Amino acid sequence: MRRLILLLVIIATPLWAVEPDEVLDDPVLEQRARDISANVRCVVCQNEPIDSSNAGVARDLRILIRERLVAGDSDQEIYDFLVARYGDFVLFRPPLKPSTYLLWGAPMLILLLGGLAVVLTLTRKRTGPKVEALSAEEEARIKALMEKDET
Amino acid sequence: MKRILFFVPLAIVAFVLGFSLWGLSGGRDPNAIPSVLISKPVPSFALEAVPGLETPGLSETDLQGGGELMLVNVFASWCGPCRAEHPLLTSLVEDKGIPLMGINYKDKAEDAIAWLDELGNPYARIGYDISGRAGIEWGVTGVPETFVIGADGTILYREAGPVVGDGMKRLIDAIEAAKAGA
Repeated sequence: MRRLILLLVIIATPLWAVEPDEVLDDPVLEQRARDISANVRCVVCQNEPIDSSNAGVARDLRILIRERLVAGDSDQEIYDFLVARYGDFVLFRPPLKPSTYLLWGAPMLILLLGGLAVVLTLTRKRTGPKVEALSAEEEARIKALMEKDET
Repeated sequence: MKRILFFVPLAIVAFVLGFSLWGLSGGRDPNAIPSVLISKPVPSFALEAVPGLETPGLSETDLQGGGELMLVNVFASWCGPCRAEHPLLTSLVEDKGIPLMGINYKDKAEDAIAWLDELGNPYARIGYDISGRAGIEWGVTGVPETFVIGADGTILYREAGPVVGDGMKRLIDAIEAAKAGA
């Protein structure tokens, strides 16, 4: 039984959505196709890249990407092709442009605000109760008490 | 200054609460993908007729500058919601006289023909998109989808999902707006 389980663990491979008939013969092109597909969002099962999606449209797009790579398209041309049809939404890494400045800048902004808060807190003057010097009358009283105690 | 700082936590809570309420309130679909094709000309595509069906095929030239508003509906016999929206699309053609073009998406020809025989065929033209390539040109994410095409051949509106209920209302509003603007 233990051997069987071990065997099953060994022969079990990660589940790839990319089907054997899609894979290109040229390993360089295939790797580029995989890299592009990993950065393209599936429009059906969102938040999943088309590289690992089993949706029909994802498969169509994977095949389309490979066809265009074979035809000699650059990576950017393929991204542009997809964005022209499905919008920036299909990219997991949205482009830097005026409408996404806030998106890209937000982490830096939050870091700056947090840093500012930390700096302000640390450099703020400790405002405890003020210590004032004793008056002459109080000094005299203390002196009197101390002397009394010694006796 | 101290007084103002006192209200900062309250302001933060109010902001977070407001954002949550906005996020949870109805009428906002976070999964909706806005179409980038709006106010662009129809994409270039050419589809043959469904094999065995008399309705002619569909290509971009059929949609360019027809001089009147048209609808393009992406449908398939295997798609349940398509069946639900079919009566409304038919009534738009029959009662309002809006030409309806179809893209039969990844369907078997005999299934599509049987489906149209059963429910009726309101389509003036139907392109047979067995590969789904025309669907990609149109940025289709799933069936059904319905596009409103202006008289000059630009895409004015896209309804993703069946045109029933709210979807129907949105589509009819878009058609009215397009007619008013033309």
